[in-house]
Amino acid sequence: MADKYSADTIITETQKRISNAFDVFDHESNKTVDVREIGTIIRSLGCFPSEADLHDIIAELEEEEPTGFVRYEKFLPTMTKILLERKFRPITEDLLLQAFEVLDQQKKGHLEPEELTKYLTQEGEPFTQEEMDEMLSAAVDPDKNVILYKDFVSMMTFDDTR
Amino acid sequence: RGCSRSTRVLFHEYSIKAAILIQRWYRRYVARLEMRRRYTWNIFQSIEYAGEQDQLQLSSFFSFMLDNFTHMNGNGPDLISHLLDSVVDPLTEEVRQLKYEQIVVPESYCGPRLSFPLSVTDTNALLSAFKEEQTLHGKYVLQLLYETKKFLKQMPNIIYLSTSYAKEITICGDLHGRLDDLLLIFYKNGLPSAENPYIFNGDFVDRGKKSTEIIIILFAFLLLYPDHMHLNRGNHEDHIMNLRYGFTREVMQKYKTHGREMLQLLQDVFSLLPLATVIDNKVLIVHGGISDKIDLDFLSTVERHKVKSALRLPKRSVDHLNVHANVRSSSRQSGRTSRASRRRKKHITKQGSCSSSSSSSSSSSSVCSPRVSSRNTSRRPPPSPSLPSPTDVLQVPFLDSFVSLEPPEPPRDELERQQVVDILWSDPKNQSGCSPNSFRGGGCYFGPDVTQALLQKHGLCLLIRSHECKQEGYELCHNGQVITIFSASNYYEEGSNRGAYVKLGPELVPRFFQYQVSRSTRKLTLHQRVCVAEGSALRALKEKLYGHRSDLMAAFQQYDIDNTGRISTSEWTQVVESVLRLDLPWRTLRPRLARLGADGNVEYESCFEDISPGEPIPPVTPNLAETLYRYRTDLEIIFNIIDKDHSGQISIEEFRQTWKLFSSHLGVAVNDQTIDDMARSIDFNKDGSIDFNEFLEAFRVVHKLDVKEQQQG
Repeated sequence: MADKYSADTIITETQKRISNAFDVFDHESNKTVDVREIGTIIRSLGCFPSEADLHDIIAELEEEEPTGFVRYEKFLPTMTKILLERKFRPITEDLLLQAFEVLDQQKKGHLEPEELTKYLTQEGEPFTQEEMDEMLSAAVDPDKNVILYKDFVSMMTFDDTR
Repeated sequence: RGCSRSTRVLFHEYSIKAAILIQRWYRRYVARLEMRRRYTWNIFQSIEYAGEQDQLQLSSFFSFMLDNFTHMNGNGPDLISHLLDSVVDPLTEEVRQLKYEQIVVPESYCGPRLSFPLSVTDTNALLSAFKEEQTLHGKYVLQLLYETKKFLKQMPNIIYLSTSYAKEITICGDLHGRLDDLLLIFYKNGLPSAENPYIFNGDFVDRGKKSTEIIIILFAFLLLYPDHMHLNRGNHEDHIMNLRYGFTREVMQKYKTHGREMLQLLQDVFSLLPLATVIDNKVLIVHGGISDKIDLDFLSTVERHKVKSALRLPKRSVDHLNVHANVRSSSRQSGRTSRASRRRKKHITKQGSCSSSSSSSSSSSSVCSPRVSSRNTSRRPPPSPSLPSPTDVLQVPFLDSFVSLEPPEPPRDELERQQVVDILWSDPKNQSGCSPNSFRGGGCYFGPDVTQALLQKHGLCLLIRSHECKQEGYELCHNGQVITIFSASNYYEEGSNRGAYVKLGPELVPRFFQYQVSRSTRKLTLHQRVCVAEGSALRALKEKLYGHRSDLMAAFQQYDIDNTGRISTSEWTQVVESVLRLDLPWRTLRPRLARLGADGNVEYESCFEDISPGEPIPPVTPNLAETLYRYRTDLEIIFNIIDKDHSGQISIEEFRQTWKLFSSHLGVAVNDQTIDDMARSIDFNKDGSIDFNEFLEAFRVVHKLDVKEQQQG
C-alpha cells in the first residue's frame, strides 16, 4: 500500500470521492450531470456554499457551453480545488444555535412558526414555500406548535452525521 | 427596551446574517438527504434490474434442467415445460365454456358468485369481497379470464379514444399487485363508468401480493364497461416475468386446483392486451416508451398475441446449441440419438438465424422439451411422432439483448417483436439519440429528439408512459412532452414514494393527483422517509454482500498481504464492485457498510457483522450455506414450479435432483451425501417429503440491528 499521507494520495482520494458523488447524479452513465444538481453534489461533499457562491461556481462551469449539463472533466478540477482549499467551511452546531438565538429577539427559548417563516422566506436568500414547509414539518413541536430550536438543532446535527 | 433606530438597524443586519446562515445550513442538510435518497434509489434499482444477471442464471438453469432431465416422478414430462410450453388448446370454445360452467362451487363458499354478462352488482361484490380479504372462487376466475380473452381478441393493437363524451379520462400507471393503491384511487376518483373512463397503463401484476385481485377487478370492469375502461399491456404482463417476480407463485398458492389452467389462460390474455391507446389523436399512451424505429401504422398491423414474452432466444445461443449438440452427440453410442441430433442440426440450419420464427405458430417464447438431449435416451421410448418439430430446438429464455440480435434481413416477425419490446421496455433519457437499454436488457433509451420526431410524425403532442418508479408518483421530461405516471405508492419501502394518476380533459391539459397508502396516519418528514427507504436498501445490499462472502473475503485477503484485517478504501471499493457487479457509488456507501480502523483503512470483515443466519440451519458447509442465501429467491421459484400439486411439499427425490442440478449448474461442488443429509435433516416427520418453505426459511438472514430494535420494543 502506498504511503497514505502523500500529497498525491490525498488528491487521488479526494478525486475519487468527487467521482463517486458525481456518479450518483449521472443518470445516464455518460459522465454528465444536470447543472441543477451541481449544488446538491457540492453540498453532499461536505461544503456549505450560499446560493450566491453556487451561482458563481455554476457560471464558471458553464462558461464555454451553457448546455444545461456539466461534464465531469470540467467539474473535477473545480471541485478538487474547492475541497483542497476547504472553501465554504461547515457551520457548527454552536454557530447554528447562535443564529436561532439571534432571531429569538425576546429570548423566549423558542420561535413561533410564523416568526421563523417570516425571516426565512423574506430575508437573506429566501426559502421557497416548499423548503419552508419541509423545515417546519421537522422543526415544529406538534404539541406546543412552536419551534424549540435548541432541540431542533441537536436533532438535525445528529441526523446529519448518521 | 429603548429600541433606538441604530439597535433596530443592527438587529436587522444580524437577523439577515442569521437567516443566511440557517438557510445555508439547511440547504446543505437537504442536499445530504437528497444524496442519500438518490443512492438509495440507485441501490433499489440496481438490485431490482441487476436481474439481468440473475435472470440469466435462472433462465439458463431452466434450460439446463430441461437439458438434463431425469425421471423425477417417473410418469410425467420434465419439470418445468408444463409451464413454459405454449398451449395448443385441445378443447373447443363450447366445450371449454361448458367445462367451466360445470365446476361446482360449494354451498359453504360465501364469496361473490359472478354471472355473465357482468353487471354492476358483480363488480361491487368483488370490491367488497376483496376489501374483506376474501378470495374469488376459481370457477369465476376461469370464467372471467376466458371472457376477457374472447373480448380482447377483437381489440386492435392501438385503441383510439375521444374526450368529447366524457369530462375527463383518468390514466393510471404501474400497480404491481398493490390492491390498497387501486382501492385508494377508486375512493378518491370514483369507480370506472361511462362518465368516468379509465386507462390502466400496464404492470398490474408481480411484486405486490394482490396481483390476482387487481386483475380480477380490472378485467371485470373491462367487460362491464368496454368503451370506458382500457388496459394497456406492460412488460410484466408476461408469463416468464411472472415466474420470477411473484405472480405465478401467488396464483399457484391461492388457487391450488385451478391455478395452472388460470396461468395458461393468462398467457393468452396478457399477450392479447392492447399495446397502446391514443386520445383525441393527440396523446399517445404506452407502458414503457418508444424508440426511433416505432411507427404507429406498422404497430397497428403487428400480430401482438404472438409475442407471449419478451424473453427469447438470441441468435448467439442457437450457434452455441449447435456446438453443444455436436459435442454431446459425438459421445453417444446410440444410433437413434445421432439421428435425432442430425435432425436437429439440419433443423437449425434450415431455420436460419431466427429460431423464434420456427416456433411462432403458437408462441414466440415457448421452451420446448428436449426429448432428444437427455443422457438417458437409450432407456426411453422414442419421442412421439406427432410432436411438432420445434421440440428439436432447445430454446433458452433470454431477455432481448440488442447486441446479440442483428440478423442481416430481419424477417417480419423479428421486426414486430422488436416494436413490441420497445413499447413495453424503453425508458426516456435526457440526452438526444436512441441507444439500447442495457440496464433492463431490453428496449431502448430514447432522447427528446426521438420523442419529438415520433410525436411530429403522427401529429401528436404528448406521450404518457409508466414503467419507472418516481418519488412523487409522476415526472415530466423532454420539455413536458413525456409524462411518467406511476401508481404504486411505497413501492420500494414504506414511505419511499407517492403514487399518482393523471386526468385529461378535452383541452388535454394534464392534472396530477398524488396519494400515499400509509400504515400510520402521521405524515413522515423528509428525513424519516429517506431513512426508512435507505435502511431497507442497505439491508438488501448487506444481504448481497453476505451472499458473496467467500468470494469477497478471498479478494480482500489478496490485498491484505500482511493479514492486518484492513485494506484501503480504494481496494475495498474495487473488490466489492468487481464481485457484486452492481454499479453503485461504493465509496459514498462505504460508511454505511463497513468500519474504518484507527489508521483510516477499512476493516473489511465488518461489512458482514450485522447479518447472521436466522434459524439454526441444516448441517451444511459455509460455502453451501452462502450459495443458498444467494439464490434463495431462485430456489423458491424453482421449488414452486416443481411442486405441481401446490402442496408446499416436494419429495426428497425431487429435492435431491433439483438441488444437484442447480449446484452443478452453478459449479458449486456438493456431494450426494451432503444433499442427502440436508434433505433428511429437513424432513422432520420422516415421511419422505420436504416442506420447502420451511427449508427456505432456514436460509433467511436476520439483520442483527433489527433484532436489537425489536427487543428494545
